[in-house]
Amino acid sequence: MTQIVGDKMQKLDLCEDCAKTKGVNDPSGFALADIMLGLGAAQEVEQAVGTDLKCPRCGFSQADFKKSGRLGCPECYKTFAEGLGGLLKTMHKGTRHTGKAPEALRVSRENSDRLKTLQKKLNKAIESENFEEAAQLRDELKKINERPATPTNLTR
Amino acid sequence: MKDLHEFLVSPAETARRHGPHDRIVMSSRVRLARNLKDAAFPGWAKKPERVKILETIRPAVESLPEMKDAFSEAMDNLGALDKQILVERHLISREHAAKSSGSGLVLNREETFCVMINEEDHLRMQALRPGLQLKQAWNAIDHLDSELEKKLDYAFDGDLGYLTACPTNLGTGIRVSAMLHLPGLVLGEQINPIIQSVNKLGLAVRGLYGEGTEALGNVFQVSNQMTLGENEPAIVERLEKVLSQIIEHEENARQTLLEKKTKVVFNHIGRAYGILANAHSISSKETMNLLSLMRLGVDMGLFPGAERSLVDELFLVTQPAHLQKKLSDKLSAEERDLIRADMVRERLKNVSRPVVKPPASSAN
Repeated sequence: MTQIVGDKMQKLDLCEDCAKTKGVNDPSGFALADIMLGLGAAQEVEQAVGTDLKCPRCGFSQADFKKSGRLGCPECYKTFAEGLGGLLKTMHKGTRHTGKAPEALRVSRENSDRLKTLQKKLNKAIESENFEEAAQLRDELKKINERPATPTNLTR
Repeated sequence: MKDLHEFLVSPAETARRHGPHDRIVMSSRVRLARNLKDAAFPGWAKKPERVKILETIRPAVESLPEMKDAFSEAMDNLGALDKQILVERHLISREHAAKSSGSGLVLNREETFCVMINEEDHLRMQALRPGLQLKQAWNAIDHLDSELEKKLDYAFDGDLGYLTACPTNLGTGIRVSAMLHLPGLVLGEQINPIIQSVNKLGLAVRGLYGEGTEALGNVFQVSNQMTLGENEPAIVERLEKVLSQIIEHEENARQTLLEKKTKVVFNHIGRAYGILANAHSISSKETMNLLSLMRLGVDMGLFPGAERSLVDELFLVTQPAHLQKKLSDKLSAEERDLIRADMVRERLKNVSRPVVKPPASSAN
């Protein structure tokens, strides 16, 4: 640790135990694990790795996660979903992603949203026997369904 | 293979890069973490898989228009000295410098984009800008990422966002950070409460070289911690707000020091100059801490005629790898201390000792 007292800079190399016995406690020091995980996160990690689960995709186990704090592969998020939920809550502002998404996914998501609304409208139109509107909606749906699901820029 | 040393711009040139608020904000950076679908993360993947991932990602990155004439290399082709130089330039992380086969690096001609391949994640792409330019850096890296996603299959989940090796980066995979020079707050003993309140806002404060490093030369990195549940522009904006407050506090601290603790400040700066201009052996750490005080002196107008860029250049060239690179023989730390002192003395030859009263219009 480095202390700046008045005009003097003091450098001390202490292990955690010595720091405790010497009563050195800098609450603003960069206690990285704590800052990164939020206080109490250690417990969450414990809970997250309670059982003996292994990722079917990459063979990563909960014990591995406990050791490294990192996961083995993207699929691990599904494998360990249950235990991760609480951990993510302590770590982040929320547990649902609200930011950027890959264009291809965004487009298909928007498309599926549109399909859903059109389908709903169509059902309503049929229910109320508004066949003219229903025919129009059916054509529109057909048009969307005929378009390739993935945008052209995804071909490689 | 391009020679890294020929590729990088000279330290003198990097020190002359200017940006908004660069008196206090030395640089801005936005990095995004991305991974490929159906591949183990670098820390878990075996070497052949890592090599395969590198061979998939590297050509995709190289093919981007921004990466025309880029420096692109596998980490095992870089020597320890070159890697350390890249760390001292803040182009790669210390973690990445420790990697060898299966990891790579693509750095563009202007040194505004640097992509680390197989660091903790398959992709760590960063946009770098001098001064306070977080929005510009975000826009730049957002664009690069959008181009790259057309060529690579990212691991992305509708609910969790971009999937990362460490759950702390999950979601946006974004880390927005700025490097700040805060000698006023340190000398005014206000830095700890500031760090505490910044932490309370969910932001991290780290030392010069990022995670787990100390604040050498009164340089601090401030960055977001949370990456999930908030979108990128909101994260950028929040950091920007906090930074503008830190800047204000630093400016106020400097003003207060000048008005109320004139002797203390002048004593610090005068002694820093005295040692730097006269020492015959000096460590890189002491050099950085004293150069920080000299930089403060330049900002306060105590060194008329001296440019901040001279101090910033010295800050870089006196660091171990940069110093070693200039010499043909491999030196010990003690030998480097002698050469470093010679170099600093020589460069400060034409800088007069600090004036006792700052000129009236010194504040900016």
